[in-house]
Amino acid sequence: MSNENHIRDNNGLQPLLTLENLKKYYPSDVKAVDGVSFQIYPGETLGLVGESGSGKSTIGKMIVGLEKPTDGRILFDGRDISGLSSKEMMNLRSELQIVFQDPYSSLNPRKRIADLLAEPLKVHRIVPAKDISGEVDRLLELVRLPRSSKNRYPHEFSGGQRQRIGIARALSLKPKLIICDEPVSALDVSIQAQILNLLKDLQKELNLTYLFIAHGLGAVKYVSDRIAVMHQGKIVEIGNKAEIFHDPKHPYTKALLDASPIADPRLRNKKKLTNVPG
Amino acid sequence: MLKYVIRRLLIAIPVLLGVTIINFIIMKMAPGNPVDMLISPQIPAEALEAKRIELGLNAPAYVQFWNWFTHLLQGDLGYSMVTYEPVGKMIMSRMGPTLLLMGVSLIIGVAIAIPLGILSARRQYSKLDYAAVTGSFLGISIPNFFLGLGLIYVFSIWLKILPSSGMVTLGGNGGFVDILLHMIMPVIVLTANVAGRNIRYVRSSMLEVLEQDYLRTARAKGLKETLVINRHAVRNALIPIVTVLGMEIPILFGGAVVIEQIFSWPGIGQLTMSSIMSRDYSTIMGLNLMAAVIVIGANLLTDIVYALVDPRIKYNK
Repeated sequence: MSNENHIRDNNGLQPLLTLENLKKYYPSDVKAVDGVSFQIYPGETLGLVGESGSGKSTIGKMIVGLEKPTDGRILFDGRDISGLSSKEMMNLRSELQIVFQDPYSSLNPRKRIADLLAEPLKVHRIVPAKDISGEVDRLLELVRLPRSSKNRYPHEFSGGQRQRIGIARALSLKPKLIICDEPVSALDVSIQAQILNLLKDLQKELNLTYLFIAHGLGAVKYVSDRIAVMHQGKIVEIGNKAEIFHDPKHPYTKALLDASPIADPRLRNKKKLTNVPG
Repeated sequence: MLKYVIRRLLIAIPVLLGVTIINFIIMKMAPGNPVDMLISPQIPAEALEAKRIELGLNAPAYVQFWNWFTHLLQGDLGYSMVTYEPVGKMIMSRMGPTLLLMGVSLIIGVAIAIPLGILSARRQYSKLDYAAVTGSFLGISIPNFFLGLGLIYVFSIWLKILPSSGMVTLGGNGGFVDILLHMIMPVIVLTANVAGRNIRYVRSSMLEVLEQDYLRTARAKGLKETLVINRHAVRNALIPIVTVLGMEIPILFGGAVVIEQIFSWPGIGQLTMSSIMSRDYSTIMGLNLMAAVIVIGANLLTDIVYALVDPRIKYNK
């Protein structure tokens, strides 16, 4: 049973991103990603779940060009981008962005927020130089941060606020596809919901496409249209959110579902915990 | 910030007082006094006694210290017990040559250490990296006096191309080129030291920064690698270097004592050595006070610069 069988034709739309048999092997004989194929259609959110070390983040990094695939193809808007030179990749940067997991360490501590947001605008000449300040204001507004944030440094913000800055930074290049690499797993649960809502709102406002990477099912269930389950470098199941949650086919998916906690204590007591194999 | 600086300056006062007291005690415990050092068989004992009384050496130690201290409060460092020149003037006239030697060595040392450290971190485990680390190891571990004597042997005795001592040729007209030729060897020795220490600091600081997530962010923004390194990595890597460089200044003054002795450089270090040898109490006290002021000043300066380069640091109190 190949993965292709699970993918529906999304009303005849061209996929925005296609991975074909993507592989990433490390010299120490680690098969981080071992033949992964899936498609993402414009405007949808594909959730990518799996435990730590299953290769989720490596896929995200390969899509944005931070890592080179060992084998396989990445098609973005119909173009193969896996073998692009760094200069060609530069041009694509603005369309493919990534929001990183840890908002504490992924912002340069010596730069003011205005500089952090303006830098990609300058490098890619997204707006004319005189409009940069206005564009920074607009980006801050977009992620619901006060304009006064501009002249502050990253350490003056909370984790949730920093992740908003990380999102604003990704949005600054007006990308079509945003890879969200566990964007909320470093945050408190109450803050997680705010960030997830922000991501959903932005998707509607700006017609964004997301690849949402997470190790827990909770956040993925909330934001995704379709979900791909990864296990040891391979995709074991991919399908609509409802299918995955109500009718999981693969034993690993079932185990993953069984392992996720249920908020309601009365329901929780009815369920027996099973071990996740592997 | 201003409040912080004022507070630090106020703290410096008792520290300086303590340092001078300790130094005075150690100096007094050393055998001999300025008069003993003048002894020769021709001088009658009565003359020596008169000299002792004249210099105030017969008074109890605490009275001697008190005399020195009250003069200091009036801005007077006293007179040398050997040359009878004002100590303040002696120190000032020796300061120029020492600062020249030190300034040049510090600038060249840092100009070597920073780019080499950065390069060797970016190409960790390359041949260049091994060469830089080995060179830095040699720079740190070869003693100053040994390297100095080695250089004199090669360039002055063997090749006969560089003068072995002094700052100007005796009987010559001096001038820029003459001083430059005299400076080459002492500067090489001090630079080897400065560069050796700092290559390692820069390298390890840079290696740490290269691992940081915000560099990945910078790359994801689509910045060119040179921008990622220069704008995001190097600037963060140099923050801890500020501290290390602040410490270089006192270290260099310490090193000057040995280097100026070997190359007969007419600076503070040589004055320190000769005043200790002749037990010139007032000059020793003056030099010691100056050294303490330099250490405290360099530390304060480091802390201020640190706050300027790292926005995360704020001094509230």
